[in-house]
Amino acid sequence: MEFQTTSSPHTKRINRVDKVMLQVVLALLPGIIAMAFYFGWGVLINIALAVISATAFEALIIKLRKRPVTPVLLDLSAVVTALLFAIAIPPLLPWWLVVLGMAFAIIMVKQMYGGLGYNPFNPAMAAYVLLLISYPVEMTSWLPPFMLAEQQLNPAQILAFKFAGILPEGVMLDAITMATPLDQMRTNLDLNRMISEIRQHPLWGDFGGLGWEWVGNWFLMGGIWMVYKRTITWQIPLAFLSGLVGMATIFWLFDAESFPFPLFHLFSGGAILGAFFIATDPVTACTTRAGQLIYGASIGVLVYIIRTWGGYPDAVAFAVLLMNMAAPTIDYYTRPRTYGHGGGTV
Amino acid sequence: MYVESKKGKTRELWQFHGGLHLPEKKEMSLQRPLQQARLPRRLVLPLQQHIGVQAQPQVAVGDSVLKGEIIAGSAAPVSAPVHAPTSGIVVEIAEHVVPHPSGLTGLCIVIEPDGDDRWGELPDPISDFHSVDSEILRRRIRDSGIVGLGGATFPSAIKLNPGKPIKTLIINGAECEPYITCDDRLMRDQAERVMNGARILQHMLQSEECLIAIEDNKPEAILEMFQQLREEENIEVVRIPTLYPSGGEKQLIRILTGREVPTSGLPAQVGVICHNVATAAAIADAVLEGRPLISRIVTVTGEGISEPGNLEAPLGMLAGDLIAQAGGYLEAQPQQLILGGPMMGFDLSTDQVPITKGTNCLLCPTAKETPPPQPARACIRCGRCADVCPANLLPQQMYWYSRAKDLEKVQDYNLFDCIECGCCSHVCPSHIPLVQYYRYAKAESWAMEQERRESEHAKQRHDFRVSRLQRLEAERKAKLRKKKEDLKKPAAAKREDPNKGGDDKGAKQAAIEAAMRRAAEKKAKQQQAPKNTDNLTAAQQAQIEAVDERRKVARKKMQKEEQPR
Repeated sequence: MEFQTTSSPHTKRINRVDKVMLQVVLALLPGIIAMAFYFGWGVLINIALAVISATAFEALIIKLRKRPVTPVLLDLSAVVTALLFAIAIPPLLPWWLVVLGMAFAIIMVKQMYGGLGYNPFNPAMAAYVLLLISYPVEMTSWLPPFMLAEQQLNPAQILAFKFAGILPEGVMLDAITMATPLDQMRTNLDLNRMISEIRQHPLWGDFGGLGWEWVGNWFLMGGIWMVYKRTITWQIPLAFLSGLVGMATIFWLFDAESFPFPLFHLFSGGAILGAFFIATDPVTACTTRAGQLIYGASIGVLVYIIRTWGGYPDAVAFAVLLMNMAAPTIDYYTRPRTYGHGGGTV
Repeated sequence: MYVESKKGKTRELWQFHGGLHLPEKKEMSLQRPLQQARLPRRLVLPLQQHIGVQAQPQVAVGDSVLKGEIIAGSAAPVSAPVHAPTSGIVVEIAEHVVPHPSGLTGLCIVIEPDGDDRWGELPDPISDFHSVDSEILRRRIRDSGIVGLGGATFPSAIKLNPGKPIKTLIINGAECEPYITCDDRLMRDQAERVMNGARILQHMLQSEECLIAIEDNKPEAILEMFQQLREEENIEVVRIPTLYPSGGEKQLIRILTGREVPTSGLPAQVGVICHNVATAAAIADAVLEGRPLISRIVTVTGEGISEPGNLEAPLGMLAGDLIAQAGGYLEAQPQQLILGGPMMGFDLSTDQVPITKGTNCLLCPTAKETPPPQPARACIRCGRCADVCPANLLPQQMYWYSRAKDLEKVQDYNLFDCIECGCCSHVCPSHIPLVQYYRYAKAESWAMEQERRESEHAKQRHDFRVSRLQRLEAERKAKLRKKKEDLKKPAAAKREDPNKGGDDKGAKQAAIEAAMRRAAEKKAKQQQAPKNTDNLTAAQQAQIEAVDERRKVARKKMQKEEQPR
């Protein structure tokens, strides 16, 4: 009798890349629904645009590389990149910028390095930074949450604006867009206003911006679920948020009128999203558990530094890309002590 | 963590890094009591069923042999004799497929049983072993052909001569691999044998304590062993948490003592010796009854087997014959037959291989149980492999460097501390056959080292030759010169000229000095040899030998293919 021979272990494998990616997608859903609820259809249109174009670019490149296309598309990594990018950009961003961002993320940042697993930088964040630097006005024109909007666009009007730049008659772009809470805080602080004064504005909720804080909350729920499901480890998010809150607390205690309180930092901008969904991208992050603590904390500290003294109101993308560069070095210096290599207890 | 290990005594337990909770699937083979396998028509006994020097046949074709008679042996220190498992006639001494990952053949003695199962003359039982010198006991264990029955097959007698004081003797009954239950069965049904073996071993090693470690998924075995404990003895039964691979020697030592065996070191260095429960039982038989190792308990299991269970099989019985006694295969075309457990066992390409001393399990899973591996995807660096690694390695980094064939770097990441337990492969979401990469990297590193040694040797020989030729040439020239001078000089001026003789001597001296210098340099160089090949453990040595064997076979094949042209 002849039998097949394979290498040990001979077990049913318990994990799968596509399952991991699917869990990330599922964990993003509550936050995405909350975003769509507060900021309208533009969010969903961005997601559709990003997912379709990312998938198309991925398929194109894989085809050019003469590899089987289906298994690569089914690993869902392009979808995750697309989702992370789409929820980081303003809802009214012109369509071609979304597509351009995805082209850069998938072709230049991911596939040119060899595809999933080989890219040193987080594709979604690299694309975000490219657009932020090249198209600062478009990238910072956010919508207010619906409670504060004087005028809301319906889906057809949003599509008309995104694809043709046409606004309904009598509506000015300035009237419907609004700076993000982080942006507002920055601008006002630069004008030497006091924080208690700034927070009089109706934009502000309990911790961060109205609406924004709830989006952050739902991303937090998704993130905690991922930690529970072991899709991600707790090290990076915890260290990230501790770094950010730690810095914020120190400066807030020092001067509460010039430095926003810690919860504001936690629930504004991309902090929660970044901590659980972006910094935890395994491909570009540190892999040793000790390294992940250093990596996460450094991102948190960098976010605070750039938000407070840097040129941009939010900083998750910059901080993550900077630490992506440092990840291999951190990994090298945080190797665990192998069994039998000194330091045995007792 | 503390557990009760004896009446009124608790023990502290430690943890090792990583590990996995696997589906145990042990109940399958525990449904039936231990069965005695019927004698087959043929027994195929490999001469190499142990780590070390192969035994040499001491019988010839046509000889009739009695049960328990030595049929092969070796005077080499690291070796083990082979005994006839039953009475019969030697019908063949030839190459036969042996249990090996590469399906290699090895020299085997084939016996046709006569059905009488007649015992030969056995050595006298030593019932009062306490009053017997341990050297005599050690010789008995060696002559009985006992090797590590947990699968390592290292000759047990050698491990009983550690040359260092031993504080803790560990009897390993952890049996952490899924499916396998032969040790469980043994402890449940024959606890006294195991306990007697433990007593003999403790007496021989004079260890302070003896710990019988059993995973807590075997409550019946724990209970049986507990009942064998005696108040006055320093033997304890330790219930350890079920976590694969707690039965790995290094991991078990860590769990029980909190200490770690230094890399490429031996357990004796931390005052520990480990023996498997089945080895202990075999030692009890050898000492108390004079019975050599001629059979062992084998778990035959898997969803592809009709009546999974444990069978006591004579060594040399073919796997196919044993499976037939376990009801045979359920499927017409079973897809896979594994020797050992699912995590560390290897696939057999045929069931016509003999049961040897190291065969603990034959596993025939269905395609549903162990689906064929999916194509590997790219590593996403998730680090789950590192989380479960019981050696606390970074499997993912080792994978990248193995792939890149950067052997130096992969050794920097402590490749040779990998025990190939398979945890990393099991959890990898990209289904990368990680262990295979490490085996490859290890084999390549050894081959490189071998090549380096060979070229070093060749260079040495070359250098010696050159220096010898130089010396001869110098001597020849000196002689010639002397002759010439002697001829030139008139016989009257036959006086000693110290300078001339000095020259001669000087050339010789210089040549010798140069040769000595070169030799010293070489010696210094050799001392800086790579770290991986010194102080190999027995298991590593076995791996190296297996690899060498595979290479030799491959080379032979190549030569054969080349010849016809």
